[in-house]
This record gives sequence, C-alpha cells and structure tokens, in this order.
Amino acid sequence: MARARVFVTLKEGILDPQGKTVLRALKSLGYDEVEDMRIGKYMEVQLSGDNREKLEERLGEMCEKLLANPIIENYRTEVEVQ
Amino acid sequence: MKFGVVVFPGSNCDHDCHYVIGKVLGQDVDYVWHGSTDVAGYDCLVLPGGFSYGDYLRTGAVARFSPVMKAVEKFADSGGMVIGICNGFQILLEAGLLPGAMMRNTGLKFICRFLNVRVETTSTPWTCEAGMGQVLSMPIAHNEGNYQVSPGELEEMNERGQVVFRYCSPEGMVLPEFNPNGATDGIAGVCSREGNVLGLMPHPERASEAELGSTDGLVIWRSLLKRCGAGVPA
Repeated sequence: MARARVFVTLKEGILDPQGKTVLRALKSLGYDEVEDMRIGKYMEVQLSGDNREKLEERLGEMCEKLLANPIIENYRTEVEVQ
Repeated sequence: MKFGVVVFPGSNCDHDCHYVIGKVLGQDVDYVWHGSTDVAGYDCLVLPGGFSYGDYLRTGAVARFSPVMKAVEKFADSGGMVIGICNGFQILLEAGLLPGAMMRNTGLKFICRFLNVRVETTSTPWTCEAGMGQVLSMPIAHNEGNYQVSPGELEEMNERGQVVFRYCSPEGMVLPEFNPNGATDGIAGVCSREGNVLGLMPHPERASEAELGSTDGLVIWRSLLKRCGAGVPA
C-alpha cells in the first residue's frame, strides 16, 4: 500500500483569475504583506504495491495523461510507501 | 450529408444541434453515444455543448477518454469534418485535436449572452460562405472560455490561418472591452492545421433561426454543406 499526494499548479505566465480574486480579497481584509498568490489543486491517491520508483513513474504518467494539463499546468508528486 | 451528434453524459446542446441539422438544414443526422467506437458512414461529427462528466477535474478532461473519442480522433486524422461547440471545443483541446487549453473566465462568472465575433479567415470549410471580417451575432454560455496558447504557438496559428473567430464590437473591432472571458488575443474559435476540425465557444446552433434572435450561425453550417458538396437549403 502507498499513499500519494499530487500537487497541480498553474504554470508561470498563465493568468490565474481565481488567485487574483482571492489576492484582492486578502488585501481588502488588511493583509498587506500578501504580494501574490496562485491557486492549484491537491489530490490524495491510494495505490497498491510498494515499489516506490515504479509507483512514482506510474503516477507521473497519470498526471501527464489526465490529472494535469501539461499545456497550462505543472505537477509534483509525493509517494509514501506504508 | 450525414451528421453524427456525439452524446456524452452531461451534454445538453445535443438536441439543439440535432434539431438544427435535421429540421433547419434538412440533413441526415443521428445521435452517437459516447460508448460507441464506430463512426463509419458520417461526413461530419458534432461535439455539442454541455457539462460532460460534470466538468470534473477540468472541462473536457474526462470526456476526452470516452470510447468514442478514439474513433473521433481517427476520423479527424483521416480528414473527416469535426466541429466542437463550447464544451465540445474544450474536449477537442483536451484531446489535442486543437492547440491550446481553456481556463476559467477572468471574471469568474458563467456568462450567457449574445455577443459578436469576427470572421478572421474565409479559407476554412467552416467559413467559406462568410465574408472576410464579417461580424456574427451568436450566444455564448460558459464558465471556461478563457483560451490560452503559448505566444510561439499563437504566432504559428496566425500564420497558418488557424484563428477563425475573434470576439469583437458590433462594428467588428477586436478590443479588450469586447473580450468576455480573457481569451488570448480575443480568440473565440480555432481550427486544425488542415482546417477540418473546428472548435468555437459561441453556439451557432442557437443562432440558426430568426425566432431565436439571430440566423448568423447558419453561415457556418452553410459553409460546411457547400464545401462538402451537399445541397444548401434556401
């Protein structure tokens, strides 16, 4: 068994309308130290098997194919074998 | 001419497309279920608007792996005519049949209203009956129409004449204030290199009868019928 975390984030240079709106909201609440923010996706995946390298490779494939859109998004994975 | 309207779970413009193609244009038309793997016999496949698979993950991301999409890809690769409207456009992008990707509208709102788009090329099968620079009034209805493409790719698309429609003023001026969703360069519709695959956010099937406020969408259907050698109804 393994647990994986997948982080999908927008590539640099891609405008993030959601992030911009929340940024403005934070500023209007008085959090002046906030300079920028971007919103991404966080996914938890349970996997069978305990070969970490293999699982990471498979998860990378899943990201390329479906979980992220490589045109506009980057992804990062963390696999924790239990 | 024989049309197939692809039905995904969550499609909701399939009946409108079927009606316009069958009743207004007088052509043969079938529904094609998303589980089907056979699209033999069709001259044009329509990927209609809607919310396929609830727009989960990203719009079109799950529909793109429907069994029918393998057949649609093969059909497109062999030169078959494919039009993706709204959610259909999003599916074509996810499938890689058209360049670019969709983001949420910059205003974060679902926008449903009539607006104007300008015909940017008349050398596609979808616009050969239109005038260069002609302004078409058609409705949009989407939350993710913010078309994104890299600057390098955009330059190549412009050179190859792949940008088919841009949002514009009633007089045909492409200006930021007439861009409803933040789309790069005001792009409302693009086609494949060969021109046989078209994706657009406005709904031509909702602008094909005077009773609905506009018949400007007909020029797209008429262009297609003419290019495919089918009879164009009066």
